[in-house]
Amino acid sequence: MSATNTNTDHMRPAENAVTAELSTQEQARLRAPFHRERVFRNFSYFSPLVILLLWEISAQLGAIDRRFFPPPSAIAETFLSMIVSLELFRHIGATLQRVAVGFLMGAIPGLFMGIFLGLFLRPRQIVGPILAALYPVPKIAILPLILLVFGTGDMSKYVIIAIGVFFLMYYNTFGGVRQVPQIYLDVAQSTGANRYQVFTQIALPSALPQIFTGLKLSAGTSFIIIAAAEFLGARSGVGFFIWSSWQTFSVTRMFVGIVTISMLGYLTLTLIDLIERRVVPWARN
Amino acid sequence: MTVTTETSIIVEGLTKAFYEPRTDSETIALKNLSFSVRKGEFVCLVGPSGCGKTTALRVIADLEQPLSGAVQVVGGGRPAVVFQEQSVFPWMSVQDNIAFPLRVRGMWRKERLERTRHLIDLVGLNRFEKSLPHQLSGGMKQRVSVARALAEDADVLLMDEPFGALDEQTRLELQQELLRIWDASGKTVLFITHSVDEALTLADRVLVMSHRPGRILADLQVGFSRPRDVVELRRDERFWDLTYEVWSLLKGSAVGEGEA
Ligand SMILES: Nc1ncnc2c1ncn2[C@@H]1O[C@H](COP(=O)(O)OP(=O)(O)OP(=O)(O)O)[C@@H](O)[C@H]1O
Ligand SMILES: [Mg+2]
Repeated sequence: MSATNTNTDHMRPAENAVTAELSTQEQARLRAPFHRERVFRNFSYFSPLVILLLWEISAQLGAIDRRFFPPPSAIAETFLSMIVSLELFRHIGATLQRVAVGFLMGAIPGLFMGIFLGLFLRPRQIVGPILAALYPVPKIAILPLILLVFGTGDMSKYVIIAIGVFFLMYYNTFGGVRQVPQIYLDVAQSTGANRYQVFTQIALPSALPQIFTGLKLSAGTSFIIIAAAEFLGARSGVGFFIWSSWQTFSVTRMFVGIVTISMLGYLTLTLIDLIERRVVPWARN
Repeated sequence: MTVTTETSIIVEGLTKAFYEPRTDSETIALKNLSFSVRKGEFVCLVGPSGCGKTTALRVIADLEQPLSGAVQVVGGGRPAVVFQEQSVFPWMSVQDNIAFPLRVRGMWRKERLERTRHLIDLVGLNRFEKSLPHQLSGGMKQRVSVARALAEDADVLLMDEPFGALDEQTRLELQQELLRIWDASGKTVLFITHSVDEALTLADRVLVMSHRPGRILADLQVGFSRPRDVVELRRDERFWDLTYEVWSLLKGSAVGEGEA
């Protein structure tokens, strides 16, 4: 049927051009891919569930050892009972608060440092190598030191996350700013924009796609770091919960903790994705 | 007409070269280039691709430093520039792109959108003021950058093939509009183009440049009366005489390129 349509279009191009309105069919065809896209996107949020499904099946069939890998249904049961007893919420709250504060403490300086060094040659030449030398220091390895300096309270958690996040944000933002097409800087200069304006009007928006990559990497890394940090020096938090469950050999509880932290990370990434789609509409369709 | 005897742009013995450290080689884009543009004058610069037109314009716009010689834009105020490349900001809507120069001056958004609304009409983008550039065609983006330069309301307008990406009809319309704005505002315009036809349509004077390194081969007065009708102009026999003259200059320079 589409072949016939195309034919008539070709034979009467003028008439076709005059009609500015779309037929209802055409309107439907125009919108169809977007509807499909939305359906797919909504489904895609749940694709991690596939892992749980495979896991459940393997555990039920006895393909994996249930002592070490209890089936998700058993984990969910424990999970529910803990939610009912509100036990888990205390830990989730503590972890989220640490991640949020530490994330901001690292991301904001990292962002500014990235833009600053990206735009200005001299600071880049002086500070750049220092940052490059510090970046490879393993964050977990300096945790004892940080505990020593900042105590076992929340401050040490903020700091260790902030350090990890800082570098990721710095490098991604820096890369983004270095890739700002020269022509945009020329336009700004030719209109007489000052440094601050170049910073906020050109460098920042132009680097936004990479900044969001940095934010996503940072969010994931924050949860990895906080779990490890809570193993060592904490009385609360999901990491502490995993560790204490492990020490009492409650494998199912341990998995509840692991699933919880992975869900927290996943939700954070999804949230950042949503924000990115709002804030960077020109980057992708 | 508002052409006066005062000078607006002076280019004096301008030499500009580029160095490529990887191959340790240099490209001389301009060698000892001199010309001047009077206040209120409309001057077109034509010449073969790669002869240094853009380079000259970038030096005049203070985006590039001369190797030797001097460039002066008389009477303060920076020139407004329309760039040859795609230069609209992908993260700003059409209206925000056009109003950007006013934003740089610290004007409130409401006011700057108010002040630039007529420019959106002028370049025929009424339905698209809230669109982002990736939703526009190449020619539409080019029109946005023309409007953005006009928003600056500078005394001197430097335009680097601003209508290059446009179809013939839109091009004629915008040429006519540009002439109208120029006539009404008394701006000084330096306009780069590949098109001899376009140069003769617009200019008071046409500067014909040689192959790289660019020199001025000829400085031709275009004496058609103002205001001009960009279509009617083509019935004038002198238009075709001048076209022929410029073409033979360009042809001659192509043959003699090996001389330097
Ligand atoms: N940034 C640069 N680095 C190295 N060489 C350059 C640079 N900019 C221009 N050139 C060289 O200078 C010469 C003149 O370039 P320019 O852009 O001024 O040409 P043009 O006359 O504007 O050409 P077109 O009409 O094709 O735009 C060319 O040979 C080009 O290769
Ligand atoms: Mg050029």
